[in-house]
Amino acid sequence: MQFDDAEQQHEAAALGMWAFLATEILFFGGVLTGFVIYRHRYLEAFAEGGKELWPWIGTANTAVLLLSSFAMAMAVHEAETQGRRKHIARYLLLTALLGATFICVKAVEYTIDWHEGLIPSLNWHPEHLSHPDQTQMFFFFYFFLTILHAIHMTAGIGVILIVAWQTRRPDFSSEKKTTVEMLGLYWHFVDVVWIFLFPLLYLTA
Amino acid sequence: MTEHKTPTSTLFATLIALMVLLALSVVASKMLQGAAATTAALAIAVAKALLVGWIFMDLRRSSPLTRLIAVSGLFWLLIMVVLTAMDFATRGM
Repeated sequence: MQFDDAEQQHEAAALGMWAFLATEILFFGGVLTGFVIYRHRYLEAFAEGGKELWPWIGTANTAVLLLSSFAMAMAVHEAETQGRRKHIARYLLLTALLGATFICVKAVEYTIDWHEGLIPSLNWHPEHLSHPDQTQMFFFFYFFLTILHAIHMTAGIGVILIVAWQTRRPDFSSEKKTTVEMLGLYWHFVDVVWIFLFPLLYLTA
Repeated sequence: MTEHKTPTSTLFATLIALMVLLALSVVASKMLQGAAATTAALAIAVAKALLVGWIFMDLRRSSPLTRLIAVSGLFWLLIMVVLTAMDFATRGM
């Protein structure tokens, strides 16, 4: 036995997960710091870049992600209620579906950006912009941050599907409650990252 | 931890609050300009993050040690942002 009781095991898992999330805050935070500094210096160019984005797509996608967090919170709620494996699986699959919707919308958005010539280096046509070089930097940040976020979501969706599959085992709920809870912490964290990316990239133009 | 789980009504109320805040941030971005718009957008984002952290991520029922670790990441981020900004602000460029 590694732990005295289930309570202690849960505490250790939560502590470890939050420590991992602290490193994730700094992972995203490094890029965000760069963004904040350059946004301050090239205020006009970054605002111009933000205006090239589609705020309604960003808003709709934020709503999808908030819904997915609610679905995940429901999955955790069901996991804490013993013996309702089908309910856990249902909410986990709903979370993954909403997450996949977010990724698909993002892919559509990137396609629009490509057609508008807003991809730095690869397809950059800044003829209509007044500060093309500085706005290109905005788009470097935009793509780096949103792709980094999308990678985190994709990994999350993968683990959610694995755990949803594991709920088929009859002995699932008693021992895997903590797994669902920790998966929930990760998913909500990725949601919080987007909660900050959305206004910084789309709304402060 | 297990014996007092968050009721679904609380989770649903949190979702509604998050959606209202999202709508509010869009309205604020249409009505406000410049620094006021940025401040409002970030204040609303902080409110949303607090809701997600406190209710969905269950910090309200977490142990003091877990909360300390959760806050420490934000504290280190604050050091990074503030000291970097100070460097740029004092270069005299």
